Amino acid sequence: MITAERKPLEELIEYIKPFKRILLLGCNECVTVCAAGGRKEVGLLASGLQMAMLKNGSNIDIRQHTLERQCDPEYVEELVPMLDGAEAIMSMACGCGVQQLAMRFKDKPVFPAVNTKFMGASERQGVWAERCQGCGNCLLGMTGGICPIARCAKQLMNGPCGGSTGGHCEISEEVDCAWQLIWDRLKALGQTDMYLENIPAKDWRPGGGSGPRKIIREDLAE
Amino acid sequence: MENFEPVIVAFCCHYCAYTAADMAGSQRLPYPANVKIIRVPCSGKVDALHIVKAFEKGADGVYVAGCLEGDCHFKSGNTRAGRRVAYVKKYLEEIGIESERLEMVTMSAGMGYRFAQTATEITEKIRKLGPSPIKTALAL
Repeated sequence: MITAERKPLEELIEYIKPFKRILLLGCNECVTVCAAGGRKEVGLLASGLQMAMLKNGSNIDIRQHTLERQCDPEYVEELVPMLDGAEAIMSMACGCGVQQLAMRFKDKPVFPAVNTKFMGASERQGVWAERCQGCGNCLLGMTGGICPIARCAKQLMNGPCGGSTGGHCEISEEVDCAWQLIWDRLKALGQTDMYLENIPAKDWRPGGGSGPRKIIREDLAE
Repeated sequence: MENFEPVIVAFCCHYCAYTAADMAGSQRLPYPANVKIIRVPCSGKVDALHIVKAFEKGADGVYVAGCLEGDCHFKSGNTRAGRRVAYVKKYLEEIGIESERLEMVTMSAGMGYRFAQTATEITEKIRKLGPSPIKTALAL
């Protein structure tokens, strides 16, 4: 999922200060799962903003709504009747959702309420860790299902650096050395020959190195 | 505000604090009428939103009363509630509400005295803190 974290209230108040009525929007997808921008978080933020504004002597009308997905135009269209009277929109979705709104509603300022972080997986309740950087050319089949791009601080392709100690990365005791994990897993699978395969220098163009990326499925695209 | 009487919302677990309140009543132990009890099936049922909404509606103080450590009827609801309360305390500070206005307390069903004592102590603490800044702003 795409993970996110709420921005500090102070920053959000600065955004909405000039307005009297805003629409606060959540998203039912990734940000709901990582407890950053789902229906519940929309309620919490609306309440918090309302109180903070009240305390500063101003009143704001915050309408709340949570879309099934903010990154699809079909769902964004639902908002049209709700926007009547709203001077601005604040979105608790990832950056994709915020941009989708900004593109559709050109006359309304759109503000992000969260900082979009990374593509991650849930390690345990309340803990999300980065697992994919969308490099566009997946190597997981060669690396025992552990990504050296997302999980090695240096994004090394052919084994660990000298900073790998006791299974940990030199940047922090808390961070596992991705190549140690890869080696352990390949050994357990009896696939250590894969470790000996030289992975050539990575072509970063499919990973965004040649500008913004797009997928066009001709059988689906209209 | 003159003659300030704090409004305190107490989310009480059915299996401990709520029964302890009953016990306090049976024992004829007085506790301040400022405390408004909301019975919940477990302290773990109390969501951050319930707490924040209580403050938004003008509560001066809120506490969540759950079972003693290790005694939760649902195994870990009370420890989860404790973590949630700690999280909301930080959020309250961000909003500009003193985090002392929110507490997590624990007791067993038989602790009628502890219930009455906690209710009194928290009421007095909130009385000293004065009306919540939200209530003050709402009154203006």
